[in-house]
Amino acid sequence: MTEDREPLATLSTRALRVDYPIFGGTAAAVRGVSLSVGAHECLGVVGESGSGKTQLFMAVMGLLPSGAQVSGSALFQDGEILGLPPDQLNRIRGSKLAMVFQDPMTSLTPHLKIGMQLAEILVHHRGLSWRDAERAALSALDRVHIPDPRRRLKQYPHELSGGMRQRVMIGMSLLCEPALVIADEPTSALDVTVQARILELLRELRTQTGISIVLISHDLAVVASLADRIAVMYAGRVVESAPAAELLRGARHPYSALLMQCVPDFHRARTERMPFLAGQAPGAAEPERGCAFAPRCPRSTERCTHERPALVAVHSGAEVACHHPLT
Amino acid sequence: MARRRLLANPGARISLGIILALVALAVIGPWLNPNRVETLDWSFIAADPGIAHAHWFGTDRLGRDLYVRTLAGARVSMIVGLVASAVSLSLGLMYGAIAGYVGGRTDDVMMRLVEILGGLPLIFFVIFLTVVFGRNEYLLFVSIGAVGWLTLARIVRGQALSIRRQEYIEAAIASGAGTARIICRHVLPNVIGPVIVYATLTIPQIILLESFLSFLGLGIQEPRASLGTLIAEGAGEMEAAPWILLGPGVFLTLLLVCLNVFGDRLRDAFDAGTRR
Amino acid sequence: MLRYFLKRLGGAIPTLFIIVTLSFLLVRIAPGGPFDQEKSLPPEILANLQSAYGLDQPLWVQYTRYLGSLLHGDFGPSFRYKDFTVTELIGQGLPVTAEIGSAALILALSLGMLVGILAALRHDRPADYTVMTLAVVGIAVPSFVVLPLLGLLFGIYVRWLPVAGWEPGSIRHLILPIVALTLPPLAYVARMTRASLLDVLQRPFIRTAFSMGLPLHTVILRHALRPALIPVAGYLAPAVASIMTGSLVVESIAGLPGVGRYLVQGALNRDYTLVLGMVILYSVVLIGMGLVVDLLYAWLDPRVRFER
Repeated sequence: MTEDREPLATLSTRALRVDYPIFGGTAAAVRGVSLSVGAHECLGVVGESGSGKTQLFMAVMGLLPSGAQVSGSALFQDGEILGLPPDQLNRIRGSKLAMVFQDPMTSLTPHLKIGMQLAEILVHHRGLSWRDAERAALSALDRVHIPDPRRRLKQYPHELSGGMRQRVMIGMSLLCEPALVIADEPTSALDVTVQARILELLRELRTQTGISIVLISHDLAVVASLADRIAVMYAGRVVESAPAAELLRGARHPYSALLMQCVPDFHRARTERMPFLAGQAPGAAEPERGCAFAPRCPRSTERCTHERPALVAVHSGAEVACHHPLT
Repeated sequence: MARRRLLANPGARISLGIILALVALAVIGPWLNPNRVETLDWSFIAADPGIAHAHWFGTDRLGRDLYVRTLAGARVSMIVGLVASAVSLSLGLMYGAIAGYVGGRTDDVMMRLVEILGGLPLIFFVIFLTVVFGRNEYLLFVSIGAVGWLTLARIVRGQALSIRRQEYIEAAIASGAGTARIICRHVLPNVIGPVIVYATLTIPQIILLESFLSFLGLGIQEPRASLGTLIAEGAGEMEAAPWILLGPGVFLTLLLVCLNVFGDRLRDAFDAGTRR
Repeated sequence: MLRYFLKRLGGAIPTLFIIVTLSFLLVRIAPGGPFDQEKSLPPEILANLQSAYGLDQPLWVQYTRYLGSLLHGDFGPSFRYKDFTVTELIGQGLPVTAEIGSAALILALSLGMLVGILAALRHDRPADYTVMTLAVVGIAVPSFVVLPLLGLLFGIYVRWLPVAGWEPGSIRHLILPIVALTLPPLAYVARMTRASLLDVLQRPFIRTAFSMGLPLHTVILRHALRPALIPVAGYLAPAVASIMTGSLVVESIAGLPGVGRYLVQGALNRDYTLVLGMVILYSVVLIGMGLVVDLLYAWLDPRVRFER
């Protein structure tokens, strides 16, 4: 038994592209992204809507509609996951690799009881009997701190609140003890107080189980509380990635810096103006010409409009794609 | 506009083309053939279709030319379809507009009635009316038309309800316009869209209903023909003279299928338009 | 659940009541009587007949009498077939009609759903287009055209199946009529299932099910099918109505001694009690279907059960 050491990275993508055919040609939702998540690591992925952060991981999970053209590579536990035939993909999804989605209100099947939706996963992946699976479902609900779980198992999704539904989704993703959980905006649809509790739950689960997490959000504050490393995406590409503490102390890419300033901070004086980002991110259908952020960037120069900056390592563990980084 | 989108669709074009061709055939067709509808050509009883003896669709048991008869029957069916649809649509329009505009208890009562009447299939009501009032042909028009207004009434009522809340209605009321006037001037013109779509789908339904009744012997009576009676005749003669069935059968089938396809495409085009 | 059902039942009874009353009034108010068709009868005999059938009583007496007998399942005597009561006639014909009707309904639903599901899975591919075009034809072509044509094809040209006629216990005679009855609702169900399934497959909870590694057949059968069938359940009552209507024609053409043929005969003969009885029978069936559909909705979508 030689393969005892853990894989170097649980998930690593290389030049992953997602294109959609449209009238005049193609629209590129993801324009070549290479990033990786290590074992026990939490990677935060930040970006505005349209930056491609969701599309990227939907591609990894194989959940994109049939019209999508995915190219590049994504290695999960050293195995290529893109383009896997359905039965092999289904052995990985839901067991070793799981995803939690943004909208708990609509992400659970309305006509099936909670217990059933949890149990069927175990029955399918682990071959448990329905009774054993229900028992395991019970402890899964316990784990995510749902009160009175026995009663909840027999209820339908619409009988639970949004926060509880999200807990159920998280519990669902952990049922088979995955190596990696991708959480796509897990708190965006919830109240602020509930948000905090969900993040707290994620933190606790991470300490307990040591799984890797990818936390996707448009809100840097959410990501900052949990992530070990942060990757910032803009217009389908990664523009910066660094260890969280480093990024939060001083971002290198102008876009990341502006995002930092947008995080409301009680300590700042109330009279200070929030920075305002004029213009819009380029859409997927627009062809790239130079740096995608140049039109809105306070530091852009002539060079930025012709030449697209490559993602360059600043030191091991941090990279930036900018001709005029901040540090 | 929606018209362009509609005409671009091949299904719509083909079906519209066929419909127009059939109508043209029904109107002009008989002139191309020397036979008359009532003529009994005893030298060719139940004859096979052929060119030589000018009986293109053959003849029936009484020696009547089927080509001319089929087209005559087609005319009758189409006219009944149009007239009865017109009756039905006007009724549904007025009923729905009043119910939707006036609202309140009136609306409740009117719609409850529609619900109850809608619970039964049209056929039974028409048959019932036929039993009660006898096999009067003019009654046929009215009874078919009077029964098909239900769905349109519902649609128009829904539209009227939302139009009523618009501001220009309030302005009209404020300027002293009477209810009837408002309904005619403002509500009706704005519900034309769905009415047109529904009309194209109602016409085949009504033609079907008429053919159905005529087939059963409860509609158009001899010696006048409608596609329904001709098909009934043909069904009876199937073993000996199958062509009696085929002419009117194919005509009716084509007409109904194309009307339905066209109506479908029209509805799709309108739906896509309103969604935008 | 029980409460929901009782509430629905409570709503159905007034409807039935109104239908019975309206029909009764219409018949009695109509010009002419059931005996007009016969050769002119001497007035005393006419008067005797009228009193024998209770037609000389004031309207409301007749009405209450009728309601009373209805509750006993007695629809009164047939005016035409003097030796039979309507109840007896219905009893004779109902089994045949019920047989072909339920066969057609079951076939239409099961085959229709199957075809619809397959078309949805092969969305935008040739199989999908063919199926949907055939569906439009199935919906548009009337049964009284289909049955003769089928009879022509299978009964005369190919000589596989009998064109018309009936023997007790014979299935061969029922095949073509059942096919003719099945086609329109089958086409409708197929179209509806396909559209509905395509819509449901776009929903977020389906994405969740796939992301959990569940195989396609599980996702479709356990997660997607029930919500997709909600519109189909709504079509159930119209489907029954369509089959009932079709049975009128089909039984007439094929010479089947079913209850639909009685309605047609009754209409042609102005046999009031028979027609009235048939209308009530059909209404009861339809209203019953409506209740079944309501129950079905509650099963398909649990949220409905909690409605107050």
